[in-house]
Amino acid sequence: MSPSVRLQEMIRVIRSARTQGEERGVIQRECAAIRAQFRQADNGGRSHNLAKLLYVHMLGYPAHFGQMECVRLIASPRYSEKRVGYLGAMMLLDEKQDASLLITNSIKNDLSHSSQYVQSLALCTLACMGSAEMCRDLAPEIDRLLRASNSYIKKKAALCAVHIVRKVPELGELFTPAARSLLSEKNHGVLHGAVVLITELCERNPETLEQFRKTVPDLVQIMKGLVTTGYSPEHNVAGISDPFLQVRILRLLRILGRNNDAASDAMNDLLAQVATNTDSSKTAGSAVLYETVLTVMDIKSESGLRVLAVNILGRFLLNNDRNIRYISMTSLQKIVVTDHNAVQRHRGTIVDCLKDPDASVKRRALELSLALVSAVNIRSMMKELLLFLSSCPPELKAQAACGIFNAAGGDVRDETVPNLIQLITTASDLHCYTVHKLYRALITDISQQSLVQVACWCIGEYGDLLLRGECDEIEPVQVSEDDVLDALETVLQSHMSSPATRGFALTATMKLSTRITDNVDRIRSIVSIYGSCIDVELQQRAVEYNALFKKYDHMRYATSCTENLNKKSSFCFPFVCGLLKVCDLLDLLGGSEEPPQPGPILGSTAPGPASTAGGDLLDLLGGLETPETPETPALTPAPTLTVYEKNGVTLKLHCHKQSETGLTVTLTASNSSDWDMSSFTLQAAVPKVRLPPNPVYMLISHK
Amino acid sequence: GMRFLLLFSRQGRLRLQKWFTPTPEREKKKIIRDMTTMVLARKPRSCNFLHWRDLKIVYKRYASLYFCLALEDQDNELLALEILHRYVELLDKYFGNVCELDIIFNFEKAYFILDEFLMGGEIQETSKQIVNRSIEASDMLQETMEEYMSKPAF
Repeated sequence: MSPSVRLQEMIRVIRSARTQGEERGVIQRECAAIRAQFRQADNGGRSHNLAKLLYVHMLGYPAHFGQMECVRLIASPRYSEKRVGYLGAMMLLDEKQDASLLITNSIKNDLSHSSQYVQSLALCTLACMGSAEMCRDLAPEIDRLLRASNSYIKKKAALCAVHIVRKVPELGELFTPAARSLLSEKNHGVLHGAVVLITELCERNPETLEQFRKTVPDLVQIMKGLVTTGYSPEHNVAGISDPFLQVRILRLLRILGRNNDAASDAMNDLLAQVATNTDSSKTAGSAVLYETVLTVMDIKSESGLRVLAVNILGRFLLNNDRNIRYISMTSLQKIVVTDHNAVQRHRGTIVDCLKDPDASVKRRALELSLALVSAVNIRSMMKELLLFLSSCPPELKAQAACGIFNAAGGDVRDETVPNLIQLITTASDLHCYTVHKLYRALITDISQQSLVQVACWCIGEYGDLLLRGECDEIEPVQVSEDDVLDALETVLQSHMSSPATRGFALTATMKLSTRITDNVDRIRSIVSIYGSCIDVELQQRAVEYNALFKKYDHMRYATSCTENLNKKSSFCFPFVCGLLKVCDLLDLLGGSEEPPQPGPILGSTAPGPASTAGGDLLDLLGGLETPETPETPALTPAPTLTVYEKNGVTLKLHCHKQSETGLTVTLTASNSSDWDMSSFTLQAAVPKVRLPPNPVYMLISHK
Repeated sequence: GMRFLLLFSRQGRLRLQKWFTPTPEREKKKIIRDMTTMVLARKPRSCNFLHWRDLKIVYKRYASLYFCLALEDQDNELLALEILHRYVELLDKYFGNVCELDIIFNFEKAYFILDEFLMGGEIQETSKQIVNRSIEASDMLQETMEEYMSKPAF
């Protein structure tokens, strides 16, 4: 029986095992037999035993006991044994094992073997797992082979040299002369290896790069030969002559032409020729065109050539092959910053790709679309993006939402919610459209916290626009007060909602009490339910709001606050206004040692339930409410700041220090004009905990 | 350059693994798990490119086998599809209408062919004929050497 049948027999037996346990049993037996065979004297079946072990190894079983056998087989004079031995070394040994050093000598010998196939084994193994030490040891030998051998060995020596340079970059100098002369070879395999080696050398050493710039004309010649040559059966792939070599040469040209006008000029015509004449109906041609585009965009090319390149990408966007559409978008992504206008021209097609059934293409289209949002197109883009968000696959929802926020707000991810809110506030003609869209997103899916928070905020703030129903950019839909409250209650009750999100929902519910007419009682009951909620923060809020209903109902209409956007703050719903600068204010009071926490500063010591809550709310009609605190320090006289005085409206801030860490601020607003003032809105913002105090601006809006 | 090449069946059974950079055993196992999970989850008419860690993954299904190649940032994905296709063509020429079973039962040959086509994470030979001839010659050498050494088969 021939040995390889025995190997195949073993494979058959293993495959016929019906359970994992059975398979393990078979393998244990086989491994035991293999081990025994390894210990025996040479019986001619060694290579097949090792092969069996390698199969077992591929199934995921341990095979380290075969390492020494690899070393032995590599040293054997028999080619069949060397072949499997080297294969085993590549599979079982890596540079970290001691055994790998033991094969250095064998490799050295085999590099000078009379048979090129034995030389080939050594070269291949060295390029696969040669350690830095082995590389240093054998580098001169490789250099020798680069110069004086046949093309079969030269091409392998070139790639071996690439590996050596990656492992020991200083050895690059050794190979530079040989690499240069290899460019005059005709053999494609050798040329390819030479180009790869030169690329590696240039990437690692700027001086070497300088030297090799002189080869640009030679490379251009070689490319021209490939592009204009007639049909060459040996290298033809779908009508392209050796696309593998063409792509590598283009890549090397890219490195040589980068930041260098002379080199870029020298390759300009060639690139134009390749870009125009390459048939892109098959992948091979498209691969070459793709590499050409990358090169054109990266070197100092003429503007005409750049336009040509971007147009190629534009054409790719319309290709039936989704791989090519995908590639086009990744390339456009790379140049969207530098060549923004050129890419904008293809925005329509890109946005269409948001509807592509393929998830990878969708993702790329999303990234690119977000990059294309500008002040000019933000309206239509937001429309498209929000549409996308409502129907996109779940794995892209978070990215889409974040991206929309980022595109809108342009800040880091942590700031997405406040930034989008900020943006929405300022884009007043988008309010109606935004609240409708976000409401619809909310009733579909409440799992994405950022999105839900922003949606709740919008509903609280612009609920009246939502309830009114009409909006010029979307089909009118009747949204009732109950619908909206249902949506908010769903968020409040869902286990998916984070505490912060619940806070948003509760506040929104509260705010709606001033905007709706029929369901105030429902709101009141929601709010009172949460007054005994386990979540302390939520409870606090609810209690505040309850108090607002009870004690300060007349003020309810007059107040509307932005949310405390920092979910880490302990007190989230300040009726008090913001300060111009927290630190400055404290200075006014005679200095404070360190920036206190926003919670206490903004008007309450940690309020407990019920009784003190009402007392901590600011009396906007003037006067100070003395908070019930354990210590009632003497009030330090504090200055009054006039922070706003215009058109008869005067706003004064009056601060007084309650305790070492607490501060109350009173805003007094007065109207000295002859007219009534309506829609007086107060908005407050709070700085984040633990960050250096941000300026906190008081916002006043007159509607 | 290429980082690794994996061949696996639709059930996630590994048929070939070639690592072009030194990778610890445990890491290899994790990568194999990740690749098979990711690729097998793809819908039939999907794009053949994926992103994983800092690598570009190019995969293609041929009958019951998935070919999965990991590329670095500068590598050309479209060309990688051609590389996978070339390898399949080489296997097909060698085995004659190659199928998964050929690769299972003659896995060492699949490696020998691969080692004539790719090396150190780069393409070694761009001509199909030259690769085929090299494999035939090596096989011939193996038989001849054995005859010459006139040792018993096993």
